[in-house]
Amino acid sequence: MAVQDGANQADTTKVVELRRLHKRFGDLHVLKGIDLTLERHEVVCVIGPSGSGKSTLLRCVNLLEEPTEGEVLIDGVKINDSRIDIDRVRTRVGIVFQSFNLFPHLTTLRNVTLALEKVVGLTKADARSRADEGLERVGLVDKAAAYPSQLSGGQQQRVAIARALAMHPEVMLFDEVTSALDPELVKEVLDVMRGLASDGMTMLVVTHEMGFAREVGDRVIFMDDGLIVEQGPPSAIFGAPSHPRTREFLSRVL
Amino acid sequence: MVQDGAAGVVRSTGVPRRGVPGLFSLALGAAAFALAFVARGPAAVLALAAGAAAGLELVEVHRVRSREALIGLGLGAAGLAVAVVATARKTLDLRFLRSQYLNIGALHGLGGSLARGAYNTLRLAIIGEIAGIVLGLLVALVVVSKRRWVRAPGIAYVDLFRGTPLLMQLSFIYLALPFVGIRLNVFTAGATGLALNSAAYVAEIFRAGIQSVERGQMEAARGLGMPYRAAMRYVIVPQAFRRVIPPLVNEFIALLKDSSLVSALGATVESRELLRVAHDAYAQTANATPFVAASLIYLLLTLPLTRVVNRLERGLRAAA
Repeated sequence: MAVQDGANQADTTKVVELRRLHKRFGDLHVLKGIDLTLERHEVVCVIGPSGSGKSTLLRCVNLLEEPTEGEVLIDGVKINDSRIDIDRVRTRVGIVFQSFNLFPHLTTLRNVTLALEKVVGLTKADARSRADEGLERVGLVDKAAAYPSQLSGGQQQRVAIARALAMHPEVMLFDEVTSALDPELVKEVLDVMRGLASDGMTMLVVTHEMGFAREVGDRVIFMDDGLIVEQGPPSAIFGAPSHPRTREFLSRVL
Repeated sequence: MVQDGAAGVVRSTGVPRRGVPGLFSLALGAAAFALAFVARGPAAVLALAAGAAAGLELVEVHRVRSREALIGLGLGAAGLAVAVVATARKTLDLRFLRSQYLNIGALHGLGGSLARGAYNTLRLAIIGEIAGIVLGLLVALVVVSKRRWVRAPGIAYVDLFRGTPLLMQLSFIYLALPFVGIRLNVFTAGATGLALNSAAYVAEIFRAGIQSVERGQMEAARGLGMPYRAAMRYVIVPQAFRRVIPPLVNEFIALLKDSSLVSALGATVESRELLRVAHDAYAQTANATPFVAASLIYLLLTLPLTRVVNRLERGLRAAA
């Protein structure tokens, strides 16, 4: 579904492009010059120790963090530019957070339809059918009337995915989406993401789930200390990492 | 509190639960109680107050929650009460007091005025609260802005109305605005002053409420492409609103009491609020009963609300 929307802008296959990206928080230099391209239908997993800048990198893609230097391009258009309507760009770039961030005062259904109605401008009925489509995708149509507090963590995260999917984004950003989950709830969320990947969704996934990165990622990026240290197909990164820091990191987590 | 092993034997304060301090309090309380019947007069009251206070201090400060200490405290308090009443009976003319403070006759023909006064008090508070919420929310939204020049007027507003006395604000509106052609009657001036003043407090309540909503909520809303204003309107403010209901009810209670300041402006017979009614009645009869009656009406209005707030806060805590 998202693929069709993307087809309109198929003149470029680079959905996301980051050029010489820097991010500073005061004196803290978090991103130190990142170059990254995400091709359409590509699933890129970002791994690395905590504090390496992975999440900041992801959040720069939809400008939840304003880059200090460098360029962010979506479909070849520079978006960190005051002339760009960032709200419109964000409707095409879905994001899912570690802490779910569902709206606790709204039902599951309203969580999904709110932006469809208020941002996309769909009628209630159209928003509803799109929401159903999204909830079906994550297997939670029967929870449409439930409030977030009535759902398990895994279910909440799946609703959050449905909420982002319902906007029909061209690319989905996942920010350590299973890190806050109890171990037995991780799989249901990863399964949904696996399904999305096999349907051709373009995905940038910051994760600690090495199994997922190895199995689903088209490309794996290892970040450390604000830089991309090494990247390549999962078989190369996990099988024969060339950089000592990658080897050291993998030896600690695997 | 329960600790394992040897550490649990000795309580953290190091004070034994029973023993000397408890017995001391018991003895003191018993002595005070006995004294109340023997020695009367102001000196006895003082001695007994000291006895009860000593018992209270033992219980509270040293946390000697032994039965002896508590009984001693109870006896001390009872002795104090007995002594106070006995002294009062001896030195005061109770019949005079009753006629001055609890004289139903002095309220004769005042029922309608008191009801009218209570009605006006409520109206002032309700208008002040509703207008205060509307204006206060606007001020709060300005104050939480990231841009300094947007924030500045909101902060100035809050500072102005929280930093000057309400009575002065009311006086200014009623007495000083006519010089620029704004002439308001007492009730309108009072309602306006209360609304402007409560808006400043409500703004602070809303600001705290808005800032208490997790940052992730704004990020999730913006991440879906919602503009800042829409995110505020549909995501942040509704959540903040739930959390600020208890402080808003508290603000209403405060407003209800502060509306008594409007009495200082003077008023026509119809627009008098509760305190003004009591004041005028007192002025005619030199009897204090109208003040007692007005106090009871204030309590009748505020106490149920206080209970409501407590229940709401308990509910919110349970939900959190």
